[in-house]
Amino acid sequence: MLKPLSEMKLSESATIESFSDLPLSLKLLEMGCTPGEVVKLVRIAPAGDPIAIEVSGYVLSLRKQEASTVKVKMLK
Amino acid sequence: MAEKRRNTLNIALIGNPNAGKSSLFNALTGLNQQIGNFPGITVDKKIGYFKLPDNSEARVLDLPGTYSLFPKSIDEEVAVKVLCNSNHEDFPDVTIVVADATNLKRSLFLCTQVIDLKIPVVLVLNMVDLAQKNRIEINTNKLSELLGVPVVGMNAREGKGVDELKHALQQKINASSQNIVEIDKLEERVIKDISNALQANCVFASFIVANNLHNITNYIHNVEKREEIKKILEINNASAQKLQALESIERYRQLTTIIAQTVRRTQIVDSLTKKLDDVFTHRIWGYVIFLFILFSVFQAIFTFAEYPMQFIESSFANFSAWLGGILPKGVATDLLINGVLAGLSGIVVFVPQIALLFAFIAILEDTGYMSRVSFIMDKIMRRFGLNGRSVIPLISGVACAVPAIMGARTISNFKERLLTIFVTPLMSCSARLPVYTLLIALSVPSKLMWGFFNLQGLVLMGLYLIGFFAALGSAFIFKFFLKTKEASYFIMEMPVYRQPRWKNVGLTIVEKVKVFLFESGKIILAVSVILWFLASFAPGNKFQELEANYKEQIIAAQDQNNTIAVNELGKELSSKKLEYSYAGIMGKALEPAIKPLGFDWKIGISLVTSFAAREVFVGTMATIYSVGADEENTQSIREKMSAAKNPDTGEQSYTLAVAVALMLFYAFSMQCMSTIAVVYRETKSWKIPLLQFLYMGSLAYFASYVAYNWLK
Repeated sequence: MLKPLSEMKLSESATIESFSDLPLSLKLLEMGCTPGEVVKLVRIAPAGDPIAIEVSGYVLSLRKQEASTVKVKMLK
Repeated sequence: MAEKRRNTLNIALIGNPNAGKSSLFNALTGLNQQIGNFPGITVDKKIGYFKLPDNSEARVLDLPGTYSLFPKSIDEEVAVKVLCNSNHEDFPDVTIVVADATNLKRSLFLCTQVIDLKIPVVLVLNMVDLAQKNRIEINTNKLSELLGVPVVGMNAREGKGVDELKHALQQKINASSQNIVEIDKLEERVIKDISNALQANCVFASFIVANNLHNITNYIHNVEKREEIKKILEINNASAQKLQALESIERYRQLTTIIAQTVRRTQIVDSLTKKLDDVFTHRIWGYVIFLFILFSVFQAIFTFAEYPMQFIESSFANFSAWLGGILPKGVATDLLINGVLAGLSGIVVFVPQIALLFAFIAILEDTGYMSRVSFIMDKIMRRFGLNGRSVIPLISGVACAVPAIMGARTISNFKERLLTIFVTPLMSCSARLPVYTLLIALSVPSKLMWGFFNLQGLVLMGLYLIGFFAALGSAFIFKFFLKTKEASYFIMEMPVYRQPRWKNVGLTIVEKVKVFLFESGKIILAVSVILWFLASFAPGNKFQELEANYKEQIIAAQDQNNTIAVNELGKELSSKKLEYSYAGIMGKALEPAIKPLGFDWKIGISLVTSFAAREVFVGTMATIYSVGADEENTQSIREKMSAAKNPDTGEQSYTLAVAVALMLFYAFSMQCMSTIAVVYRETKSWKIPLLQFLYMGSLAYFASYVAYNWLK
């Protein structure tokens, strides 16, 4: 099932499928968010935004708006 | 700036933020560090020196932290400019890439890009101890073989592995023969054409340069060359961004293979960090703890710094008095004491606050806590175009804008940093307090409101709130006007928590204090000498005339042994001198402009002199109203001021309307040369301080005008 990264729930895991914003994707790519990589939503800021994901062994935080440009495939 | 020396090994140090690059820099060079500038940009250039085991000299350039050679900020661009241009004055003989062993894949992204530039590289695997603790096993020999570069394991915090690195640097290091990403195989035609056009001897370097064609500053100064490359991209229907995406994906694909052969991991994320984050980013505790930290920072720079500051001021005062006693009276002595020494005292007095604020900031950054502040504050601060990290500079601004503005350096986004610097001086700093106290005592009755609020206290609180809202409001407005070429992302690593490294904290303090003393200090000193001149000289021989007028009266009083009269006459003379000095002339010249605000020329003089620092207002008022300035006796200044009459109308000079207008003027205007000097130093141009001066001045004028005419 495909959905935007921004709609993942806490502790859910998914693999990165595609990006819809080219300039933003470049930044995410260099941070290790490459297609096929597994991400896990590990934290949501108290105000509901930004969020933090675990990717390639470390924690990366990003705004929901930024996360909405990333399509992910849910794992189980 | 020391030039590159022959027989010196020139090293560039590069790495991801949080990889421990500055620990390594400090471990290698200790106090042998200098700070300079990269021409034309705001980025500090840190250079250090150390000796190799064979006693030959090595020079290290600390490049700003970056995740790749695709820069997103002016800081990150520096690395590309230095490493992709073999004619650059800082082009290294060898580059040390610092990698975080617990985060190897992402660290190797940058490392292998540098390797592909065909520059000799030594890879430092930092935090191997932490990796071991997290059960990450790295086969360094295999890694070295696959990458074609020497690999040194290290724990820079404890200095472990530093000697091994020095030995490795002493060997002849060649550029790796491997290409991790064969960029010319990805898009053969385009890359080949670009590399031919640039006549580069490294294909990957030409790719990076072409890729940054439209970046923040120009890499290729030759306009024709730029156009040529644009055309190549156009003809081949290629875009730099797509090429970059292709490169990143391919590089990570290669890295996945390398990691699979060299790393065995059984555990993923540090569990202590997880537990700490449950507290530090908690919706209640997170903010409670942050507030507590803010309060401690504030206490430290507002209260604790007071003791060393008083000590510095009294030491300077004692020294000046002693010098005044032994040196012959005259202009030179006066310049030395009231111009130069007073200026120096005004510079050194900031050191305790700067040191304390940076002790806190260094600890908060070092432990990894600062990125949690960004995380929990982002949604609130974003509305104002600010960063979560802007909170600490803003709150510190309540003590003093000078260290606060220096503290804004921790904000990596240029626009957010600039906005923070721009609005911080609007926060009510402690130098405004003496002005407020005097004026409130003068104009606001001390009575209770609603049974328990003291009216004077309420007004003071109101002034602080006005400063706070003016700062946020200005940020909100200026975020629409301030345009930068940098993209604004929040995408940010949340590093694992670590112990602060005290050596790093100490070196940060030394560095910041040095930068302030030697760079902002010289501007402050120059302005204080100018201000001394304005207040101590008058056109023609006006001063001699005044002195002659008073001489007889003073002698007469001395003859009668009337010391009180002698004192009074002396004060009157000082007051007259100030009135006829250049500063006095400027104050009088200002009168027509400030009359609509209810200010007379006496206030005009104070506006001129308190450019040195806002609290000088009180001293100047004391001199003008012939109260001994040295007594700092606010009681008597207040009495004199409240008795002062307007010569035209015969009414009280300091009505409520005037006092309120004056307080608002001091709340908004940029009456502080030290802040201007520091903003200049932090933004490396006069544009921002000038804009700030004009903006805050207009705001002050407008607010005072409205208040005066409404209350009049």
